[in-house]
Amino acid sequence: MNDKPAILELRNVNKSFGPIDVLHDISLRVRVGEVLCLLGDNGAGKSTLIKTLAGVHKPTSGQILMDDEPVTFTGPSDAQGRGIATVHQFGGTFPLMSIGRSFFVGVEPTKGWGPFKIYDRKRANEIAVKAVRDFGITRIDDGDRLVGGLSGGERQSLAIARAVYFGARVLILDEPTAALGVKQASHVLRIVNEAKKRGLAVIFITHQVMHAMAVGDHFAVLIRGAIAADFRRGEKSREEITDLMAGGETMADLEAQVEGYLETHEGHPPSLQVLEGPTAH
Amino acid sequence: MAHPVTTKSIPAPDRTQVGLALGRLARRPESGSFLGMLAVLLFFGVFGGGNFLSAAGTASWLNIASEIGIIALPIGLLMIAGELDISVGAVIPAASLTAAIVSGHYGLPDWLGIAAALGLGLAVGLINGLFVTKTTIPSLIITIGTMFGTMGLTLGLTVKIAGSTGVSLVPDPFIKAILGDYLGGMFQVTILWWVVFVIGLFWLLHVSPIGNWIYALGGDKESARNVGIPTKRLTIGLFMLSGFSAAFVGVSEVMVYQSAQVLAGQSFIFNSIMCVVIGGVLLTGGFGSIVGIVFGTLTFSIVNQGIYFTSLDPNVGSVIIGALLLIAVLTNDTFRQLALNYSSKSGGQS
Repeated sequence: MNDKPAILELRNVNKSFGPIDVLHDISLRVRVGEVLCLLGDNGAGKSTLIKTLAGVHKPTSGQILMDDEPVTFTGPSDAQGRGIATVHQFGGTFPLMSIGRSFFVGVEPTKGWGPFKIYDRKRANEIAVKAVRDFGITRIDDGDRLVGGLSGGERQSLAIARAVYFGARVLILDEPTAALGVKQASHVLRIVNEAKKRGLAVIFITHQVMHAMAVGDHFAVLIRGAIAADFRRGEKSREEITDLMAGGETMADLEAQVEGYLETHEGHPPSLQVLEGPTAH
Repeated sequence: MAHPVTTKSIPAPDRTQVGLALGRLARRPESGSFLGMLAVLLFFGVFGGGNFLSAAGTASWLNIASEIGIIALPIGLLMIAGELDISVGAVIPAASLTAAIVSGHYGLPDWLGIAAALGLGLAVGLINGLFVTKTTIPSLIITIGTMFGTMGLTLGLTVKIAGSTGVSLVPDPFIKAILGDYLGGMFQVTILWWVVFVIGLFWLLHVSPIGNWIYALGGDKESARNVGIPTKRLTIGLFMLSGFSAAFVGVSEVMVYQSAQVLAGQSFIFNSIMCVVIGGVLLTGGFGSIVGIVFGTLTFSIVNQGIYFTSLDPNVGSVIIGALLLIAVLTNDTFRQLALNYSSKSGGQS
């Protein structure tokens, strides 16, 4: 597994906003046809990491490499141009636009010439519908349907299919299953697998361990801006991962601590500082 | 109105295909406003006596519709893009007076006055657009500000230059013929200009790829920027378009009435917004159509004028317009829900 070439790599990346350090010494690799699951609780620095990968933020120090060459993204469009696509929780799409129109938004296919270029609705619809159906979402058969009429899973699938169609090599999925029901989430996980089969590198951000374990090849747990654990499929159990995400201590420990505090403080719950005290950096 | 979907012929009109076509039709943004227009047309056709649908009666509401219509179209585009423009109410008299002062008061050639007036409209639009894109203030507030600014300058400068709040202008026959004449003695030539605007903006919104950008801008500005749409340039362009259109109406008014007044045009602000909303454009952006705006404008004008043909007290006309607006928004919401829930598998059964 390890011999697959890495498409995107972070080497000792730090990112701080003024005096606040958000990312510490992050080193990661995403390989061809592999799903890297980034796990972390809220505030762990996931979104800063995604934005750094997507070219929104520049690292304060450290290197980003694509195909083993150091790169500096000048902005999100530069990263997109190099094949890094980000799909956000709600698909980043336009609910009141048709499937065909939203698929090609910004890069509309046209026919005609000069000032008389017209939007080629038929072709846009055909390509969009085909691209989504190729990913196994056969319920979509009409490009004139409005995106808002699709289910959450279908919207995610549409956004992923769009990214793949426009030549994405690295797919960053930001909590794609967070707002979805069980069935819809499994749709999306199937799509993730399909993207992986096509040789894309997928970065799958989630805090749902079950979803991560269903598709992940490689896992990284992010705690307070640093990588707390980095392991491959099958190396850790679900409980271990959940415990890692909860801040490096086991849930059982935490419960015992809360219990003890309640007893000694006449039933008042502990403040956050008390709980985090021993592990604070 | 020609449109790729609605003009699709139905080769063998068996039931499911007719149902499917009707289903598709019902899900277009303009369907609600079309029904509304038919309803008010029937109502005033019946209760307005024979006069309402006579040539003179038709001219009375078409003339009104053409002036509001030219402004409602770019206002509608702005609303689809998620913005509002209140300043049109001040640009109309400002443009009228600019033309009247340049060509009437100073006696310079008419074309110079027209160019100055249109340039003024573009300039106000540019200022609106720049403020909207450079700050985070909502366009409603910005354009209220520029409206008062334009209004104050118009009043102050007019009194200073011309010594009164009204300036007259006698256009030369050619300019009068193309901008301010009556066809058949009753139909304002502005109606033809409205048709030109409708065709041009229909092209822009529904045929050219830029239309897609406008929808995207109103749907989700952030995503639109992320996919590489020049959102700022587009916003500024749309504001300039509405400034230009308002100035155009101002110019054609001064050519029709041969005089310009400082306090004219306020009614256009709410009336144009109402036409657009009745026409099925979503106030918060991302949804609407040119054909819908045209239907909305006609509906509004029919009610606005039709009331005078009935035995009803004209003073209650506003009540009908208010009620109409609410009904229109409710109907349009229903049609939008239909559009959202539409899938071709369940669509055939409707």
